[in-house]
Amino acid sequence: MNAAPARPFAAAALALAVYFFGSSASGQQAEFRWAGDAEGGAPFVEADPAHPDAVSGFDVDIAALLARGLRRTPRFVMIAFSSIDQSIARGDAEIGLSGIEDTPARRAVLSTTLPYYEFREVLSVRTADASRFRTLADLRGRKVATLGGTIAYEILLRAGDIVALPYEDDVHPYSDLVLGRVDAVLLDNVLADRRRRFISGFTIQPGTVAVGHYIGVLSPANAPLRDACNEILRAAMRDGTLERIFRRWNVWNDEQPTLYARLLAGEQVAAVSGVDTSGGTASLSAIEAIRRYLPSLVRASVVTLILSCLAMALAVALGVLIATGRVYRGRIVRVALTGYVELMRGTPILLQLFVLYYGIAAAIRLPAFAAALLGLALNYAAYESEIYRSALQAIPGGQLEAGRTLGLSERQILTLVRGPQAFRLALAPMTNDFVALLKDSSLVSVLTVMELTKQTQIFATNLGSWVIPGTLCAALYLAMSLPLSAMASRLERRWRAATP
Amino acid sequence: MTPPTAPVLDVRDVRLRRGTREILRGVTFTAGRGEIVAIMGPSGSGKTTMLRAIAGLDRHDSGQIAVEGGRAGMVFQFHCLFEHLSAMENVCLAPVHAHGVRTDEAIRRGRELLAAFGVEHRAGALPRELSGGEAQRVAIARALAVDPQVLLLDEPTASLDSDRCSELGTLLLDLARQGRTLVVATHDEDFARAYATRTLRLTDGMLTSA
Repeated sequence: MNAAPARPFAAAALALAVYFFGSSASGQQAEFRWAGDAEGGAPFVEADPAHPDAVSGFDVDIAALLARGLRRTPRFVMIAFSSIDQSIARGDAEIGLSGIEDTPARRAVLSTTLPYYEFREVLSVRTADASRFRTLADLRGRKVATLGGTIAYEILLRAGDIVALPYEDDVHPYSDLVLGRVDAVLLDNVLADRRRRFISGFTIQPGTVAVGHYIGVLSPANAPLRDACNEILRAAMRDGTLERIFRRWNVWNDEQPTLYARLLAGEQVAAVSGVDTSGGTASLSAIEAIRRYLPSLVRASVVTLILSCLAMALAVALGVLIATGRVYRGRIVRVALTGYVELMRGTPILLQLFVLYYGIAAAIRLPAFAAALLGLALNYAAYESEIYRSALQAIPGGQLEAGRTLGLSERQILTLVRGPQAFRLALAPMTNDFVALLKDSSLVSVLTVMELTKQTQIFATNLGSWVIPGTLCAALYLAMSLPLSAMASRLERRWRAATP
Repeated sequence: MTPPTAPVLDVRDVRLRRGTREILRGVTFTAGRGEIVAIMGPSGSGKTTMLRAIAGLDRHDSGQIAVEGGRAGMVFQFHCLFEHLSAMENVCLAPVHAHGVRTDEAIRRGRELLAAFGVEHRAGALPRELSGGEAQRVAIARALAVDPQVLLLDEPTASLDSDRCSELGTLLLDLARQGRTLVVATHDEDFARAYATRTLRLTDGMLTSA
């Protein structure tokens, strides 16, 4: 099918490339391979507009600092933000540095460095709402946006009564806030300050919801390297190197010297403070983890199933219209419909979803579910129409002529003779497409729709492992697609009833 | 046999061209009520095209074709039964949807027709489950279900053995006796001689004897 989930695929391809080409080179060159996501942008890691291969940002400077201390050459490995933990665990790079948050889960499953930066989780609201939405308590029953798989997301989930919307990036929460799609954004002050420079119309509330830290992550086996990194970080805290780096990126503030003083005094700094993170999931047994997450996975499956069924129904209806238009109508209609089919098939569904949800938001502000439904339906309609068109054209002319000699109108021949026969031919490829749609529906998580794959990803981030969430997720997808295939093959068998 | 005064089928100077090739080059003939007219001729002489023109499937370039009741029924050489419908549904589809006959009435009449042609027991079978002879009878029943005055049959004996051929001939004679006009395109000389009231010979798109 056209659209494999783009990000996981890209991440996997990249990881493979790094695995095959990166690891062999690293031994000789004494490279220090560090992972980050350039999509995260400044001040963390940003692709240099002048030299797209080069990156800049405070995490880039910290990687250089560590490499220098280790007498190695830093080499940047691009990894999607949400996959950095897993990539580090499997050895694609030695350390992950990309505004990665210190959490109990990361401490439990990875080697984590000392925190090198302290941030505050802050609420951003539309300026007009600044006086009524001051704290999370004021946002009961309202939609609050954040990044998926972050401390902020966990805080929102635990807040109760708040509709937490996890985004894949930190730009769209703020643009959707200004558009009125959400009522607040909870993210750290570095991200909020950065966004306020580009987007107007929102206010950052002064209160601190929680305090967290950025860290580097290494695989559990790399504890000695982690210790060496910690030594370099301590020295850089002492001699002002870290201060210079953060000043250069305009993110230095009074909170950092306090943090460094505590760390240099040997004090243990909690991963997160200001919010209760007990009952974390990192230490759960498999059975407990399943018991805790299965209900939300099942709920996400229901979203996936409803979305897929509605999108398929709409795609079938549109596909039939397009196919009959292409078979029966005049040249102009045929050319227009062919253009539509080629456009939808020739461009990524992910792009279409973005355009529907964000691109046209200034003109039509579709709710996320509606945009997801419409995007999948419009895309699949193009594929369905091709199936129906070829099926219609496969019906022998004699069938149509028999209808004509009996006095049936062309419309009746289509609905009573040609259509039903074509439908039987189309059933198998249609089933195929529906199963593909079921899986492609995972793409709509980019529009904040919490479907099964997204829920699984969050579950995996919280647990620090893909084994259980991945297995449950696969089982749920199969539970949805297998009955469908069985039903379709039973129908096919019935229509191909035994010959005497 | 003398044709009755008012012809049920009147074909006048019909010309039909496909690309640069002229398939029918001024064909004129009439058929009266109760006649069985055989159109004979070698392959490619235009027999099937003549039937298709009468049925309204191929548009003729000049000349006139008048059919009493407006539309002639057609039995195709390969029957062309609707593949997804049972024999009974094939027979009832057009009466119900194109001619406004009530479903129960259409089924009653369909059963009569299938019974008349000895295939009532196959009413529930799909076309692919029928033998060639059965399929042909269902196709005739389907064509007659909308009560055409003229019935066109294209090479009806092509896939029948001699016993089946004589059964078909008897059936056609019955239909003619009931007042239907039959036009049969065939190159089966014996069949034409045995059952046709009149034989027309078509050579290169022209009638050579009438």
